[in-house]
Amino acid sequence: MDFNTSLILPILIALWVVRMLRQFLSLPLRAPRLSRQLDWIWVPGAALLALSFFLKSDLFDEAYLVFVLSVIGLVLLRTQDYRPARTLLLGLAPYALYSLIELLVALVGKTLLKSYDEVFDTSQGFAVIWLFTFGLIARNQKKHLEQERLEREREIEDKRRIEAENSQLERMVAERTATLTRQAQELQHTLDELKTTQDQLIQSEKMASLGELTAGIAHEIQNPLNFVTNFSDVSAELVQELLEEQQRPDRDPDLEAELLNDLKQNLEKIHHHGQRAASIVRGMLEHSRQSTGERQATDLNNLADEYLRLAYHGLRAKNKAFNATINTFFDPAVGSIQAVGQDLGRVLLNLFTNAFYAVQKRQEAQGAGFVPTVSVVTRRTGAGDVEIRVKDNGTGIPEEVQQKIFQPFFTTKPTGEGTGLGLSLSYDIVTKGHSGTIEVESTEGQGTEFIVTLPG
Amino acid sequence: MKILVVDDEQDVRTLFEQRFRREIRSGQFTFSFAYSGEEALEYLHAHASEVVLILSDINMPGMSGLELLRHIREEYPAPPPPQVMMITAYGDQASHDQALRLGADDFLTKPVDFAALKAKLAAMETHEN
Repeated sequence: MDFNTSLILPILIALWVVRMLRQFLSLPLRAPRLSRQLDWIWVPGAALLALSFFLKSDLFDEAYLVFVLSVIGLVLLRTQDYRPARTLLLGLAPYALYSLIELLVALVGKTLLKSYDEVFDTSQGFAVIWLFTFGLIARNQKKHLEQERLEREREIEDKRRIEAENSQLERMVAERTATLTRQAQELQHTLDELKTTQDQLIQSEKMASLGELTAGIAHEIQNPLNFVTNFSDVSAELVQELLEEQQRPDRDPDLEAELLNDLKQNLEKIHHHGQRAASIVRGMLEHSRQSTGERQATDLNNLADEYLRLAYHGLRAKNKAFNATINTFFDPAVGSIQAVGQDLGRVLLNLFTNAFYAVQKRQEAQGAGFVPTVSVVTRRTGAGDVEIRVKDNGTGIPEEVQQKIFQPFFTTKPTGEGTGLGLSLSYDIVTKGHSGTIEVESTEGQGTEFIVTLPG
Repeated sequence: MKILVVDDEQDVRTLFEQRFRREIRSGQFTFSFAYSGEEALEYLHAHASEVVLILSDINMPGMSGLELLRHIREEYPAPPPPQVMMITAYGDQASHDQALRLGADDFLTKPVDFAALKAKLAAMETHEN
């Protein structure tokens, strides 16, 4: 057996190089078909080996080397998009060229090879170093690219994660927004309902106070109506007397004139008292109507007097045994002020009702010897403001309660007797509606005084 | 007979003067008027002996009719004490009882029935004489 054993090593090397190349260039991924074809790299070597049985030549291994180098070059060319592949190609080129030239020269004649032996050796050394150097560079490039790739992958991963988190956040925000919107709508709805309820409460408070007034109003209307009836009756008598007088033969012209004068006067009285009753009815209607909030010249003394009577008679009608001394001093200098009469009337009515309630309570507790007294004083102050003082000698308000009396729904009356809105509404009417002040001074068991000050 | 009418309504004067015009003209009755309890007391201080009858409203601002009654009974116990008739718009039992307890001679409700009042006055006059 004699075959060219020098071929065995290149075949092994070729297989090893293919393996390395596959790994280095990730060939199964980059060029799968080519990668599979490379499995057959040994075939030409084996063929040459077989050939060497019949044909004696020491060029087989050289030829096979050139073939292997060409294949590698081809592979590198195919994968030149990959930068380390290009670098390797560049590194391989001189060595491949050298091997090709060597083979060609060997084919032409060994003599030539001999004479240029030194040149070839140097070239080979140079090509090997070149190949080696570029191999190292390619390796670095690969590492570098690998790093870049990893980094990019990490970045993509990060980006993906952030996007996922973002979408998660957005979903949460959307959910939260929906919840908040729903809650806001619910709150708005509740607020609307509350406003409606408040309006209804204010209205029902008005109607409640009107209810308290009914008896007072009836009394106040009854008085003028009595006058109307009485003056009509007496006028009928006067007419009768006048007619009788006219029938007499000795008519007394003085008496007739007097009777006529009285009749005229009575008609004026009837008119006056009719108007008085009408004005009370008007006031009652006004009180129950929604306030227009329009300020008009309002005679404060008249207003106070009117509501004081209504409040007093209102209470008297409910509790017939009740009687109170009412002291009034209405300062004529107060005159008219710009005010919403209906609203201010409610404030006064509320203060009067409270005062009567307080003296009534004290009377119930104390019994005989106690003189329930309510005084109402109006005054124009030195500063030009108008002051209304409503003072009672009732039960008084304990200090801790005084701080709460202007709060809505605060009441010391038993359930059903007070809405707890009277003073709170009065406070709003005086302070917000009329830019005034309302103060309370009270000593428990002694009495209470409310002082309303309004800008004149 | 001298009668003092106490009422815070000023028109009561006109009404009484017309209702009793014949009696006034004939001199049967003389009317004086006071517009508050305080004013009535003041008048009484000056003319106590002349006034035979006092007609007083109960519900008046300031001194009420009942208070006036109490003052009259305290200040003028001497015989003969003036007659006092209370007038009120509230015809309730409580006021009625209280008025009688305080020494009122009679109790009238508004609107005043003048025919009835005249009859009462006439009876009183007869009684007095």
